[in-house]
Order: sequence, then structure tokens, then C-alpha cells
Amino acid sequence: MSGAATSALSSAAAPQASGGGRGVSRRVLPGFHITLGFSVLYLSLIVLIPLSALVFKTFTMSWEQFWVAVTAPRVMASYRLTFGASLIAALVNLVFGLLVAWVLVRYKFPGKRIVDALVDLPFALPTAVAGISLTALLAGNGWVGQFLEPLGIKLAFTPAGIVIALIFIGLPFVVRTVQPVLEDTEKELEEAATSLGATRFQTFTKVILPSIMPALLTGFAMAFARAIGEYGSVIFIAGNMPMISEITPLIIIGKLEQYDYAGATAVALVMLVISFVLLLVINGLQGWKRRRSEATQ
Amino acid sequence: MSAPSRTIRRAQAGTTESAWVRRTLIGIALVFMFLFLVLPLAAVAAEALRKGFTAYLEALQEPDAWAAIRLTLLTAAIAVPMNLVFGVAAAWAIAKFEFRGKAVLTTLVDLPFAVSPVVAGLIYVLVFGAQGWFGPWLQAHDIKIIFAVPGIVLATVFVTFPFIARELIPLMQAQGTDEEQAAIVLGATGWQTFWRVTLPNIKWGLLYGVILCNARAMGEFGAVSVVSGHIRGETNTLPLHVEILYNEYNFVGAFATASVLALLALVTLGLKSLLEMRHPELGRRRRRSRAAARPAT
Repeated sequence: MSGAATSALSSAAAPQASGGGRGVSRRVLPGFHITLGFSVLYLSLIVLIPLSALVFKTFTMSWEQFWVAVTAPRVMASYRLTFGASLIAALVNLVFGLLVAWVLVRYKFPGKRIVDALVDLPFALPTAVAGISLTALLAGNGWVGQFLEPLGIKLAFTPAGIVIALIFIGLPFVVRTVQPVLEDTEKELEEAATSLGATRFQTFTKVILPSIMPALLTGFAMAFARAIGEYGSVIFIAGNMPMISEITPLIIIGKLEQYDYAGATAVALVMLVISFVLLLVINGLQGWKRRRSEATQ
Repeated sequence: MSAPSRTIRRAQAGTTESAWVRRTLIGIALVFMFLFLVLPLAAVAAEALRKGFTAYLEALQEPDAWAAIRLTLLTAAIAVPMNLVFGVAAAWAIAKFEFRGKAVLTTLVDLPFAVSPVVAGLIYVLVFGAQGWFGPWLQAHDIKIIFAVPGIVLATVFVTFPFIARELIPLMQAQGTDEEQAAIVLGATGWQTFWRVTLPNIKWGLLYGVILCNARAMGEFGAVSVVSGHIRGETNTLPLHVEILYNEYNFVGAFATASVLALLALVTLGLKSLLEMRHPELGRRRRRSRAAARPAT
């Protein structure tokens, strides 16, 4: 069928499609303007305009007020805690996430399918449930806590408990980003390395690890970003002592409860900017990952 | 045996580890998964049944618990269809057409995942709260959004915003536009094409996205906590009800309510695994969705 006939038919069937100007011949399908228009409108109403309220609200403060609000000692202590705990948790997830992904892709063992499904539990389990059950486990009379307490290790109601909750929350990210890349790695490269005299450990560090590095770092950054914003699972286990175990999202809640909307907004804006930066980093890492996988195919 | 099988064994040795390394790695991974995923689930059940099965059932029959269940169901029943319509519209525009700003739109769809739940709640307080943009107008017209059901629904829509769109975009991109174009050329209208050609192709991906979206909608804690006002029997969702009972030291009640949410999580994981088993393209595509969702830049 000729192109002219196609576009004539399509414009008869779908008047919207013919309004596209230069893209007429490609836009045979109808519904472009209405679906794009609806998507942009919905995105603006639900996400973009409310988020912009955060920025506008901050403009009502003077620079000094803003600076004082976001650098108060109690707020600074919460940044240190939030970032420190998130970093440690994401690093633990980097190591154990890689291990779990490796075991799931490379080895066979009974119950593998259930273990694989269970990896997504932190995505599916409401955070409040995770929070109270981890607290029950680690408290002095809990299943795990009763063995740690005599050793002088206290996890519940301390910053260490926050790290535990954040490890739980971030666990699926590294596993689920590394797993498909590991499935795609070519055994031929490993065979070549071995036949050239590499030990298995050398093959892992020099052949396998570089090929999964972009995925590994993407998963790490995602787990870190998620941990920074996490609230539900942390507040039950943290103890929430000002200067010691108070995370930044809790600072925002505290200011809101005291009707300090400007203060809450200022701290929230700092968190939002950090989230954006992390989103850009993750996008960059994914671009790297994509280029890497395209280069190897 | 003969030389060939030894050669094969040698070749395999180059791409796998010795049996004891394998067993050690599997062992460490399983212990880690047991400690961080299985124990918390078991703890929820054990704590809920601590005072026996009758106490457990009584805790679930409280009127406030039922009000929380109703509100949670209502919230999900509004939020999920809203994001479903958006997901289909956004996926249609992004996957079937080329336009400027497509990469930006695709990134913006994921934006709510980067925002801390507490910040997500706060932005709606800034727009609709008593001190917010529309606060005075809403008060004058006696409309309550914050500390009422509409605010809870809005916050839930925000945090579950990307789920369905991000499942559908890569799925529809992979399927291309040939079938739809054929339908249009043969004289089908836009709606007929969507219902009879596109929808049958994406229905499993759609269901997959709905299941994940629903789990998060029913389990969201941080964002909903900011806008709820915590009025018992009125603006408490199930996760908020868990928190209230827990803070009142009613642990059996808290864990009994939590067990309902944990059950929801397990059903979600079961359905998700079932769908991935029957339609292997879903899980794999989801994992690679980010790579496929963006056009080469």
C-alpha cells in the first residue's frame, strides 16, 4: 500500500493524528495528543505543581531564616545520621545483594524459587510492619535481642537499629539490578580467561566484576536514595532521640507538628534537592550500564 | 571414563567454583535472607498470636480495625484506577510515538519514587492545608482535604504514581506499532484498536503493575501519616492503625493488624511470582525496563 493511501485512511479514521504536522506519515495511530495531553496534565496536577509548592513556600523565608533552619545543630545531627546510616546500609546491601544475586543466578539449590520470590518482600511488606517486627526481634526480650543483650550489643533504639531497618528496605535493589546482568554475562569470556591461565578469583575480579560494575553501582545508588527518604520502618526501631537517633524525615514531621511549616519546608527542600541529584546520578549510571551492555552484544 | 568427559569437567571448572566455595556462598546468602526476611515475617505471626488465637481474632474484630480496613480498601480503590488510566495513557504516548521531550517525560514519571514519603505528604499540606495555597478558600467552602480522606487518597496517588506506567512503557515499546497500524489501516477506530489489539497484548503487564501498585497503596505509611491527622475510626488506614496500637502498647492488636498487611504482602509476592513464571517476559522486561524505556540520547 502506498504511503499516501495509508495516511489518507489514517486521517479519516483518526482526525487527531493528522494534526501532527511534520510527523503525519509516522503518526498513523490515533490518540497521540489526547494521551500526551492527559499524561502531562495529570503529572502536573499530582506531582509537579505540588512539588513546586515546596520551592515557593521557601521563597517566603529570608536567606538567613532558611540557612538557620537547615543548619541548626539538631538538623545537622539528623543529616549525619541519615546519610551515615544510609551509606552503611547501602554498602552492606552492595556486598550481600551481589552475593544473593550470584547465588540465585549461578547455583542450583532446593527452594531457590521461593528464595528468589522472597527477595521482593521489602517492596511488598508495608514499612510500618517491617518497623515493628524488626523492633520486636531486636528488643532485649526479642528472638535475636536476647542473645545480643548479654554480649553488651544493643541494636533496638540505637543508630545501629536504623542501619538494620535500612538494610531490610534496600535489599531488593542491588539483587534486582545485578541479577539480569549476571544472567547475560557470557561464559565464553570466563572460559577464555581460564584457558589463558587466570585463577577463578582473577576471572571474577578482572572479567566478571567489571562487566557487572555499572549495575552494581546503580543498585547501590538506588538503595542509598531509598534509605535517605525512608521513614516508616525506621521510626519504630530508632528510639528517636534528638541529636542521637533522629532521622531527617522525622525532623520534618516534628516541625509540622509544631506548626513550623516554613522550617519543615526548608529541610524538605534540602532533602528534595539531594533526591534530584541522586536521581541524576542513577540515570547517569543507567546510561553507562546500557552502553556497557550494548558494547558487549 | 574417557578423555572427552574429563575435558568437559575441566572446561566447567573454569566457569564455576569448587563445591565447598559454592556451598559456603549459598549458606551465607541463605543465612542473610533468613535473618533479614524470614525472621521478621515469623516475628509478626508469633507476636500476633502471643496471647492465643482468640485474642488474635478479638483484636481483628475491633470496630476501629474494620474502619481502617474499609478506608485502606477505599483509598486503593480510588488511587489504583487513577494511576491505571494515567499509566495506559502515558505508555501509549511514550511507546507508540516519537516527540521532543520524551526522555524528560519518562524521567519525570519516575520522579515520585525519588521523593521521600514524608516530603510527598508535606507538599499536599502546603497546597491544601490551612496555611496552604487553597487553605482559606477550602475553609470558606467547608471542604476538607488535609486530615481527611481526599488528602489520604492524593498522597497515596503520589507515592504509587509510577508503578503501572513503568511496567507498560517498556512492554508497549517492545511490541512496536505494527499490529495497531494494521488495525487502523483495515478500518478500525482508535478505541477498537486499543481494546482488541493493544489491550490483549499488554493485559498481563497491566495486571502485574496493578498488583505492585495496589500493594504499595495499601501499605503506604509515611506520606499518609503526614496528611491523615490520625483520627481513630475516620482517617486511619491499616498501617496507621498499626502505629497507634503499637504506641499504646497494645502489641497483640498492633501485630494482629500487621499480620493482615503481611498476608497481603505474601499474596502480592505469590501473584507476582506466578505471573513471572507464566509470562517470563514480565520479570525480565521489568528488570531491563529502564534500559528499554529511554530512547538512545
